[in-house]
Amino acid sequence: MSAFVTLDGVDHAYAGAGSALAVEELSIAVEQGEFAAVVGPSGCGKSTLMKLATGLQFPRRGTVTVAGQKVTAPVKIAGMAFQAPTLLPWRTTLENLLLPLEIVEPHRSEMRRRKVEFAARARNLLTSVGLRDQGEKFPWELSGGMQQRTSLCRALIHEPQLLMLDEPFGALDAFTREELWCVIRDLQAARKITVILVTHDLREAVFLADRVFVMSSRPGRIVVERKIDLPRPRDLEVTFTPAFTDIVHELRGHIVKARQ
Amino acid sequence: MNRTALLIRLSPWLFTIGLFVVWEAAVYIFKIPVFFLPPPTAIAQAFVDYSGPLARNSWITLQTTLIGFALAVGFGLLLGLVVGWSRAIYAGLYPLMIGFNAIPKVALVPILVLWFGIGFVPAVLTAFLISFFPIVVNVATGLATIEPELEDVLKALGASKLDIMRKVGIPRTLPYFFGSLKVAITLAFVGSVISESVASNYGIGNLMLQAQAQFQVPLIFAGLVVLAIEGIAMYAAMAILERRMTGWAQRSGFAQA
Repeated sequence: MSAFVTLDGVDHAYAGAGSALAVEELSIAVEQGEFAAVVGPSGCGKSTLMKLATGLQFPRRGTVTVAGQKVTAPVKIAGMAFQAPTLLPWRTTLENLLLPLEIVEPHRSEMRRRKVEFAARARNLLTSVGLRDQGEKFPWELSGGMQQRTSLCRALIHEPQLLMLDEPFGALDAFTREELWCVIRDLQAARKITVILVTHDLREAVFLADRVFVMSSRPGRIVVERKIDLPRPRDLEVTFTPAFTDIVHELRGHIVKARQ
Repeated sequence: MNRTALLIRLSPWLFTIGLFVVWEAAVYIFKIPVFFLPPPTAIAQAFVDYSGPLARNSWITLQTTLIGFALAVGFGLLLGLVVGWSRAIYAGLYPLMIGFNAIPKVALVPILVLWFGIGFVPAVLTAFLISFFPIVVNVATGLATIEPELEDVLKALGASKLDIMRKVGIPRTLPYFFGSLKVAITLAFVGSVISESVASNYGIGNLMLQAQAQFQVPLIFAGLVVLAIEGIAMYAAMAILERRMTGWAQRSGFAQA
């Protein structure tokens, strides 16, 4: 069985960047239902990896496959969340959640008919991340952590098979961040979706992921692949065990090397 | 209502009345002749004496301005959307628009007269030409500043460019658009009055020109006051419209402080 998301020998450079490659010979394979984390020094092309895997950019060389199909257009089965929550300030939280359903088929054509059902789905999702009864508020009436939860919900509302997270907790304070780790851990466990998390926080990567990939500095390449065999479900307490710290320490060593 | 709030409410009236009082006093104290600078009381008298022509002509100017403004809104919005839609069109049209905007519109009036004769049409067109630019620039800016992450979120769902425009681009452009209307409406008055004073037999601009020829200085100033009042009224209308339509964008206490 081939992997759910595969990048094979991928080179990519952005238009206007000349021949300076963002990633080079990048190969990665993520299994269905797996939680993968990609870490690396800043500017190593982590975000490029996200764009390639979702079909927002196409590689100069090599192939990208998602769900058994070569990626030639935006994949549509992915949900994305970024460091900035990017909610629309003129829509309530609930309406923000419904946005993907207004875009993606088949929900799009059913929007009018199933509006009540969709709204109920959105409310359930909000409840599951601890935002019960916050749907009528506008994003700017919510705290940063609550906005980021909303952004996660928006990435999940159309029940994607693939969730792409680009440093989604980077702008939050340490306590809120750990809270959200647990939120995403539970969401993934409940829905069995494939997650690719791009981050520079090693503790976050080790706590959440089944496998951690370390990228080299630009042009980015996977230099280390580390399986995290800490038992699940993981509790926040696990982050204070020696086994956990050892893995973080080991990965840190790889990153230091990758920066050189 | 506490005293500070009351003071803020009254302050526009106090300042306006204060200006006229100082003006009246200055004319009186320095014995300035009426044909040089008429005192507000003389201007008020001109309002009474010429109420008919003032009302008629100010109505014409208002109509001219609003028609020109409406054209500018329609055309400006359309062009702004087109320019914001494609970077190539943006790059191509931008220098042309800046060049066009740099031309003093009074210089265009003779050409407009050549094409359409003197009167209503050149005035409407001058109002239109002078006021569409800020609308185009603002609409295009609103579209050009869509957050790339948000664009990615939607594109990854298979959103077309039109989807992104409809769901994100246009709503987020509205505050820019309504903000630009306040600038555009005042410019439209400038345009119609310029054209009226150069090439028309109607309107406040023409009335002021005739008053000048007959040395009726208080009437000239009455014309100015009418323009100021119309300008304030239209600006206020646009400001109210802006607040109605884009309340979500005006939540900051900054401007109210």
